Amino acid sequence: MELFSLSIGELAGLYSRREISPVEVTKAYLDRIGSLDGSIGAYLAVAPEAAMEQARAAEKRLAEGRGRPLTGVPLALKDVLCTKDMPTTCGSRILENFKPPFDACVVRRLREEGAVFLGKTNMDEFAMGSSNENSGFFPVRNPWNTGYIPGGSSGGSAAATAARLCAGALGTDTGGSIRQPASHCGIVGLKPTYGRVSRFGLVAYASSLDQIGPLTRNVTDAAIMMNALAGHDPADSTSAPRPVPDYTACLKADGLQGLKVGLPKEYFVEGLDPEVEKAVRTAVDTLRSLGAEIIEVSLPHTEYGVAAYYIVAPAEASSNLARFDGVRYGYRSAEGRDLAGMYLNSRSEGFGPEVIRRIMIGTYVLSAGYYDAYYRKATQVRALIRRDFEQALVKCDVLACPVSPIPAFKIGEMTGDPLTMYLTDVFTLCINMAGIPGLSVPCGLTSQGLPVGLQLLGGFFQEDILLRTAFNYEQASPFSFGKILPGI
Amino acid sequence: MKIDSQEVMHVAKLARLNVSDRDAERLTSEMNSILAYMDKLNELDTSGIEPMAHALQLDTPFREDAVKPSLSNDNALENAPQKEGGFFVVPRVL
Repeated sequence: MELFSLSIGELAGLYSRREISPVEVTKAYLDRIGSLDGSIGAYLAVAPEAAMEQARAAEKRLAEGRGRPLTGVPLALKDVLCTKDMPTTCGSRILENFKPPFDACVVRRLREEGAVFLGKTNMDEFAMGSSNENSGFFPVRNPWNTGYIPGGSSGGSAAATAARLCAGALGTDTGGSIRQPASHCGIVGLKPTYGRVSRFGLVAYASSLDQIGPLTRNVTDAAIMMNALAGHDPADSTSAPRPVPDYTACLKADGLQGLKVGLPKEYFVEGLDPEVEKAVRTAVDTLRSLGAEIIEVSLPHTEYGVAAYYIVAPAEASSNLARFDGVRYGYRSAEGRDLAGMYLNSRSEGFGPEVIRRIMIGTYVLSAGYYDAYYRKATQVRALIRRDFEQALVKCDVLACPVSPIPAFKIGEMTGDPLTMYLTDVFTLCINMAGIPGLSVPCGLTSQGLPVGLQLLGGFFQEDILLRTAFNYEQASPFSFGKILPGI
Repeated sequence: MKIDSQEVMHVAKLARLNVSDRDAERLTSEMNSILAYMDKLNELDTSGIEPMAHALQLDTPFREDAVKPSLSNDNALENAPQKEGGFFVVPRVL
């Protein structure tokens, strides 16, 4: 048994019986990162000494019988989450040397659980991208085939989890950035309901859309992570003051009798890769064989999602990223004779091309004379998109659909035209616009050997229904990649 | 709606970005193709639809106006590119 092959759930069991130690498991991960991450590029920073220290503390805690489900579990954190003992770059040169003076709420919660942090994972700069090619440092490679993209923007977290370079990871999802890389890397990714997890200490991209969530090898691990992450935080005024259920309690493989699953017809249209469609439809057959009733539903405003999202998200980004001005933190250009010149040069030299593009679009759609035509219009369409989901979820409990219309593509294949890349987010971004939760679970491999994910969507705060559905599917599916290692 | 390179330069100025003439040309073409796609939204009649800026209907939470622990002056200045005597230092304003 390789220590890095154990899931979070398995580790917790072995730790509680004292059969293995977090120190040896952490060491195994650090060794594996050292030998393999050169070919993946999942980590921007590895923290071997701090991780070993946390592992020893976890060992002591377990020996004292004070262990929690994540005590001693080696995790990775997307580099957009503030950590006071590790740099936080957001994948951007502008924050290359930034060391936050505080922890994000989720980081603090995982520390309190006694988790071990192996390091910070690579990402598209400021979480803007769907392929990880927008990292300000180096691209991440898909562990299933290193010539392909891992997806984005949480591509480092997804690749690290899939390649067993961590037991699980945190990502963030503004328009699909957890679910799409999870799908492309053959792992489980959950974007919680907006407000379920505190965003305090998450460097904001689009504040009304961003959510933090887990990327894990299986559904059980996602539920264990959610138990630690979810809950109200007074430091985030948008976090929901609602009780948190025990997400592991819903993991019963007792079938899906009584569950109504809706297939949104607008998600099975021209442009959907035939192999992706086949894998998803086969998964839907499995849900049916487990007892679920399958019905067709409609989300009529789906085709307007990309246009509305790429107004709303850049608009919020242009405002959020105004803080990077070379004064309080981050890169400061030596050029510029006065304050305004310093701002201009610091920002232009520090931000990469996609970030500049989105700041420009966002500034334009918010500027005088265009606000009503673009931003206001997009927020009205957003209301229609949410209404679509509300109406569909009256007719069924869960929606099932593809995550991405295409499997992972080759590195460099789509960098020429930004709009083409935006269009690949068509099946994920409406979920952020509505605010509902979404989960990606592996459901097949293409003929090229690239993973495909099944996306499950539910009503507000119904993560438990998504996890239960995904768990039953996972137990019945031949594509439980939890047990097999991708060939690196 | 079409955007020209002069307007792109104006938007760049609003966003505090330096854009060279060559970059302005590329950005103009990229932004035009993206904005042309956005015009798709005009197919929809949204009159009477209340705009949705946020996913949750949350009231502004209130709290006591009490002093709580916060960052020290030193911590707040830790990442400053230039500092002096407990302050951030910036190039001259005028």
